[in-house]
Amino acid sequence: MAFLLKNAHVVDPVAGLDGVMDVALEGEKITAVGEGLEAPADAEVVDLTGKYLVPGLVDMHVHLRDPGQEYKEDIESGTRAAAKGGFTGVCSMPNTDPCTDNGIVVQYIKTRAAEVGHCRVYPSGACTRGLKGEALAEMGDMVARGAVAFTDDGRGIQDAGMMRRVMDYGIMFGKVFMSHCQDAGLVGEGQVNEGVVSTRLGMLGWPAEGEELQIQRDIALARLTGAKLHIQHITTKRGLDMVRAAKAEGLPVTCEVTPHHLFLTEDDIDATYPTALKVNPPLRTAEDAAALLEGVIDGSVDAIVTDHAPHAEWEKAREFAFAPFGMTGIETSLGLVLTNLVETGKISVARMVELMSVAPRRILGVEAASITAGATADITVFDPAQEWDVTEDGFESKAKNSGFIGAHLTGRATDVFVGGEPTLRNGAIC
Amino acid sequence: MAFNHKHLIDITEYSDTDIMTILETARAFSSVNERAIKKVPTLKGKTIVNMFNEPSTRTRSSFELAEKRLSADTMNFGGSSTSTVKGESLIDTVMTLDSYKIDCIVIRDKHAGAPYMVTQASPAAVIDAGDGKHQHPTQALLDLYTIWNHKGSFDGLKVGIVGDISHSRVCGSLVPALKIMGAEVTLVGPQTLIPPRPDVLGADHVVFNLDDALPDLDVVYMLRVQMERLEGAPFPSIREYHDLYGLTKRREHLMKSDAIICHPGPINRGVEFDSYMADHPERSVILEQVYAGICVRMAALYLLLGGADNGLSA
Repeated sequence: MAFLLKNAHVVDPVAGLDGVMDVALEGEKITAVGEGLEAPADAEVVDLTGKYLVPGLVDMHVHLRDPGQEYKEDIESGTRAAAKGGFTGVCSMPNTDPCTDNGIVVQYIKTRAAEVGHCRVYPSGACTRGLKGEALAEMGDMVARGAVAFTDDGRGIQDAGMMRRVMDYGIMFGKVFMSHCQDAGLVGEGQVNEGVVSTRLGMLGWPAEGEELQIQRDIALARLTGAKLHIQHITTKRGLDMVRAAKAEGLPVTCEVTPHHLFLTEDDIDATYPTALKVNPPLRTAEDAAALLEGVIDGSVDAIVTDHAPHAEWEKAREFAFAPFGMTGIETSLGLVLTNLVETGKISVARMVELMSVAPRRILGVEAASITAGATADITVFDPAQEWDVTEDGFESKAKNSGFIGAHLTGRATDVFVGGEPTLRNGAIC
Repeated sequence: MAFNHKHLIDITEYSDTDIMTILETARAFSSVNERAIKKVPTLKGKTIVNMFNEPSTRTRSSFELAEKRLSADTMNFGGSSTSTVKGESLIDTVMTLDSYKIDCIVIRDKHAGAPYMVTQASPAAVIDAGDGKHQHPTQALLDLYTIWNHKGSFDGLKVGIVGDISHSRVCGSLVPALKIMGAEVTLVGPQTLIPPRPDVLGADHVVFNLDDALPDLDVVYMLRVQMERLEGAPFPSIREYHDLYGLTKRREHLMKSDAIICHPGPINRGVEFDSYMADHPERSVILEQVYAGICVRMAALYLLLGGADNGLSA
C-alpha cells in the first residue's frame, strides 16, 4: 500500500520539522518527506490541506480490560477507541483477570492485538504477582514476550522493601518502573480529594499526602537502586515539585498527567454525586490543576496520558461509594489538549507532540516515531479546526463513563496510519 | 406561604424563611399531638415509603408516627434486608417501589448521595432521613425547633457541638442550618473527630478544649460517641474521652445559667455525659428533641406533599 499525503502541516520536534509539506508512504515505511513530492506508482494521493501531520501518538496508560473484563472493554474495542482518538499505540495496564503478571498473558495481549487490534499495544506487566505487593512477578519472562514496562497500577506497592526489591531485581531488564502512588494507610477507603468536597459531601477523603508520600519514597528508591522511575497520573503541586527536584538532581525520573486532572477539579463534584468524576487518584483542587498545567508548559510533566478506565454503565449508576474508580479518555484526550492547551496558545503543536508521542515512546523504550524517510510510518493526522461535541453515543469504546460528556471541543484526529496501514480515514475507523 | 421545595435532602438549599416556615408549621402541628385524637386527614390518600437501608429506631418510628398522624398510607421497606442482599441496585429497587405509584420516599442509607439517586429514579418527593456521613436534615430541623422553643431566636446564639463531628451526618445538616439561621457555631473535639475543612460546613470556631468553650455557649449539643467505630481508634479510650469531653456535674459551673443541653440520641451515659447532666431538669432537652421530631416531620411531610392548598396555612 502506498500513499502520498499532500500539503499537510508537518510538525516533528525531533526531526525539526514545522511546515507544510508532503509525506510519501510505501509499505510500512515513510519513503520521502518534502515539498512538491511526486506520487509513487500506485500511490493513493490524499490532500491534507489545513491539517497537521505528526508522529503517531501513544497513550502510555490505558486499561484494555482484556483478558477478564471484556464486558467493560476488550482489545478490539479499546484499540478502536484509540484509533478514533488519534493514537497509533497504547500501553496496556496489567490489572487484567488473569493478571498480566506472567509471560502467557503478555503473549495473549500481543497476539490478540495483532489479530484484532486497531493500533499497537505495548503491554506493561505487573511488578508483583497478582498486584498483591508480596512476591516478584516473572519480569524476565514477560520482557521476553514483549512487556515494555512494569507497574502495579491501581494500588501501588505498599511496602518500601518490596518496591526496592522490584527495582533491584528488575533493573537488569532495562525497563521503566511506573508507580501508582497511593499510601493505603493514609488513603484508606477515600473517595474524593480530602478537603472541601469530602467535607461538603460527607465522603471519606483521599488526601494529597497519600500520593506525595509514595512519590517521595519512590524517588528515594530510584536514587538507591538506579532504576528508571515514572510517576503515573500525578495530581498535586507538591508531588510535581518532588519530580522537578529529582530531575534537577539528575535522577531518571519522569511523570505523566491526565486530561481529567488538568481540566477538571474537585469543584466539579457537586451534590448530584457524579460517579463519572470518581477517579483514582481523585480530582484535586484548582490550584493543583493550575500547577499541573504549569508543569505541562515548562516541561516538568513529560507525558499526557488518559488512564482510560472503561466501566459498564450499570457499574457507575450506583451510590458514589459503590461506583468503581476511573473514567474513559482515549477518544477525548487529543481534542481536549488541542482545545484547552494548543488553541489557547498555552503550548505549541510541537510541545503537544512531545507530550503525546515523543516522550511516551522514549519512556517506554519503544520505537521512536519520526516523520523522516526510512522511519516506520506511524502517523497521526488531525484537523485543528474541526468542532465537535462529546456525546454519550459518540464513542467507539464499549464504555461511556467520560467526565467530559457535553464538552464542545475544537480539533480532532482525522487519519491515522500504523506501520503504513490506515486505521482511521476521514474520521472513520478502517 | 411560599414553600417551593419538592425534596428535603440538602438543607443548604433551604433559606432562613423556608426553615422558619417549617418550624412554625411544626408548632401548629404540635397541637395535633396534644389532642386525645392524634390524627388529621391532611395526607389522606398519599402513599409514603419508608426505605431504611440502615438500622434506625428513633428516626424511623418518628417518621412512621408523623405519617400516620397525617393519615398517609405508609409502607416500611428495609432495603438492606431484601433487595441489596439479593444483588439489586438502589436504582432498580426504587424503580420497583415507584411502580406502586407512591408519593414520597423517606430514605435512610449508609451511602452519601443515595437520596439524590432516588430522585433520579422516581418522580416521588424524597426526604433524606440520613445518608452516610453527609446530611440528616430532619434531625437538624428538630434540633432547631427545640432550640427555638427555648431561646426564641437564633440571632447571635452561641451553639457548641461536642464530639464526633467528622462521622456525623447530623452535623452535615445542623451546622449549615444553624448558620442559615444566624447562630454562631463552635465545634469541640479532638482533631481526629473534626472534618478536614470545618469551615466548609460553616463552623465559626474549632476548639480542642471543652472547658475553654463552655462559658460562652447558649446551647451545648453533645454528639454520640460512635462506639461501633472505635476500631481505627480516633481516641485512646472511653475513659480519656469522658475525662476530656464528657459533660459532667463538675463542669456545670463553667456553663451559662440558662445554657441547654441537646443530644440527637441514642445517648451513652458515662461517655458523652453523666446522668446528672443527661437528666438535668432545667438544662437537658433531649426528650423534647424526640417529641420535636414528630412535629417537624409532620410539618415537612405536609409542606412537601400537602402543599398550601389544604387549609392549614389559612
